[in-house]
Amino acid sequence: MTKRVGIEISQAIGEAVKLANIDVVASYPITPQTHIVEHIAELVADGELDAAYIAVESEHSAMSACLGASAVGARAFTASAGQGLELMHEVLYVASSMRLPVVMAVTNRALSSPLSVWGDHSDAMAVRDTGWIQIFTENGQEVVDNVLCAFRIGEDQRVLLPVMIHLDGFHLSHMIEPIYMPEQSEVDKFIPPYQHPLPLNPDKPITMGAFGPPFIYSETKKAQEVNLTAAKEVILQCWKEFASIFKRYYHPVETYHSEGAKVLLLTMGSFSETAMIAIDTMRKEGKNVGLVKLRLWRPFPFYEIRQAVSHAEVLIVLDRALSFGGPAGPVCSEIKAALYNEDKKPKIISFVGGLGGRDITPDGFGEIIDRGIEISRTGSQQEFEMYGVRG
Amino acid sequence: MDKNAISVPRVVPRKIKEKYAVQSPRLVTTDEFLAPGHRACIGCGEALAVRLACKALGANVIIVTATGCIEIISSQLPWTSWRVPWIHTLFENTAAVASGIEAGLKTMIRKGKRPDKDVKIAVMAGDGGTSDIGIQALSGALERGHDFLYLCFDNEAYMNTGIQRSSATPFGASTTTAPAGKKSIGQTTWKKNMPAIAAAHDIPYVATACPSYPFDLMDKVAKGIATKGPAYIHILSVCPTGWRSATDLTIRIGSLAVETGIFPLYEIEDGKYKLSIDFPKLRPVNDYLKLQGRFRHLAEETLNEIQHRVEEEYAKLMAKVALTKGLNE
Repeated sequence: MTKRVGIEISQAIGEAVKLANIDVVASYPITPQTHIVEHIAELVADGELDAAYIAVESEHSAMSACLGASAVGARAFTASAGQGLELMHEVLYVASSMRLPVVMAVTNRALSSPLSVWGDHSDAMAVRDTGWIQIFTENGQEVVDNVLCAFRIGEDQRVLLPVMIHLDGFHLSHMIEPIYMPEQSEVDKFIPPYQHPLPLNPDKPITMGAFGPPFIYSETKKAQEVNLTAAKEVILQCWKEFASIFKRYYHPVETYHSEGAKVLLLTMGSFSETAMIAIDTMRKEGKNVGLVKLRLWRPFPFYEIRQAVSHAEVLIVLDRALSFGGPAGPVCSEIKAALYNEDKKPKIISFVGGLGGRDITPDGFGEIIDRGIEISRTGSQQEFEMYGVRG
Repeated sequence: MDKNAISVPRVVPRKIKEKYAVQSPRLVTTDEFLAPGHRACIGCGEALAVRLACKALGANVIIVTATGCIEIISSQLPWTSWRVPWIHTLFENTAAVASGIEAGLKTMIRKGKRPDKDVKIAVMAGDGGTSDIGIQALSGALERGHDFLYLCFDNEAYMNTGIQRSSATPFGASTTTAPAGKKSIGQTTWKKNMPAIAAAHDIPYVATACPSYPFDLMDKVAKGIATKGPAYIHILSVCPTGWRSATDLTIRIGSLAVETGIFPLYEIEDGKYKLSIDFPKLRPVNDYLKLQGRFRHLAEETLNEIQHRVEEEYAKLMAKVALTKGLNE
């Protein structure tokens, strides 16, 4: 029987990575991610994890070193956030295009300027189109479970894609929570050894990363798109098998009191837990509201999101990132796009809040929902509203 | 008479520290690891240097290449010129990718996930990918002490994108982003001394080479790849397209770079400097410069300035050779 331990979530990621028996970790310090790689460094220094620890000179090199390690068939892990994720931006595309299943924990952080080490989803949204599988989590247990799932999903021969596990900076990364740490024997059964079908090997020389002129580039990109979309089936299978072993259940879109609710709030990441408190309070007050939580960000769960929200009259989407000059928050834009051609769909109201570590309290979520309902009735001159912002 | 013909008799080197044993063609492998049929320009010194380096590296190697001429001439989906495992990802990160490959291989062998076979790792990058955009990743990898050989094929500008200046472009050269004009001589800065920067990391092996001295080049590559820890070789690669020189003079121009002292051939083994070829007298730099259109505009005054600088740099190198003479003995 697994024990439930009180542990900082960043350290728990280190423990999960140890359970996954990674071969290479390449790391560069950036707040709020550092506790993860510090703990991995301790595990390596104490001989608890047999892995090469490359303390690189930048995040760009961290991801590049992971590419190299993955290309020879090693299991590679790194963690990053904010500016670090932006610095490795161009390398992220290469990891997915070259089918190298690197796993990365991203402690989501705001982007400069002004400098902010605190959490929001600007970094995650900026790397939305890099071709990675992106999964959002809302508490420590979900982080640990999905880090383990990430290796299994990414390294599946039908997938071979890198995976990002998103956890909100500080709101999750620095929290101490009670977490069930799986047993090594269970993890060994759950994650088979990584077998890259064609690693770099002098016994069987291959060329990786040739350039693609116009006559072939589009075909390579189509193959990548088909591959990432098809990965959803494997993700669903993985979560199903995870549930059968560990009795914890994950779905691309999860709901809380959403059935039959006329008004729905949609959130991602750690804010979902606070939002649930708000939903409880409002339901006690007799308001017919529910919550939808988007877990799988890429590949985007079109079917599941349509199933979850089409019955509602109002859908309020809270983004933790801005698309400057754009139509709504980035998540809301995609939700709108996913529902536009549906016959039955709710009115969609876009809010942006919680930027740069700004909290939204349960009461705050209540205010957002009430204001959303008001806008759905009266309409608004603005494409979206920013919650709790002065000026 | 050909306008490019050299009128001065060739200086005979006092001592060529090459292994004469390998000068017999029979002792150089006839295997080609860079297949013929690649897309290099006529007279490309870099393609020749890569070909020779590959002979010295052998088959038991993984090659990591930066974006640039080498990558563009040798890879195009769905074809490849490479008969050894080869990876290209980006422009500035080759040393970091090599770090990951080295760490991955080592760990997998230790954990029994790969057969215990020592696979060598070689990086190939141009001067831009090395001394400009890739210098941070390279410095990091050298400092961390990864076991790999870094080969910089220096054609002294961004040739792949159309002859833009780099920090390795020599003083006075005209390039498309530092063109010679009424108010400019072209490049106004002196060539960055990349081998010295590599050597400053206290790595076990640093050398310079040029395909005009093929056996010296292959010897050094063989030595560099056998070195435990990081090794760096800076290879001058004549580029007729960018240097605006005759395509049949590639070998001659490379030799002249060495004979004039502009690009001396040397090794730094565990901190000890050794000249590979020691000339009794250096040829005037103009013998080298006058064969290249990129220097055509230079006035006598600038030529003298270059001559003076080359002599000064050569003297500095000789001083390092003298200073480290008794080292490691």
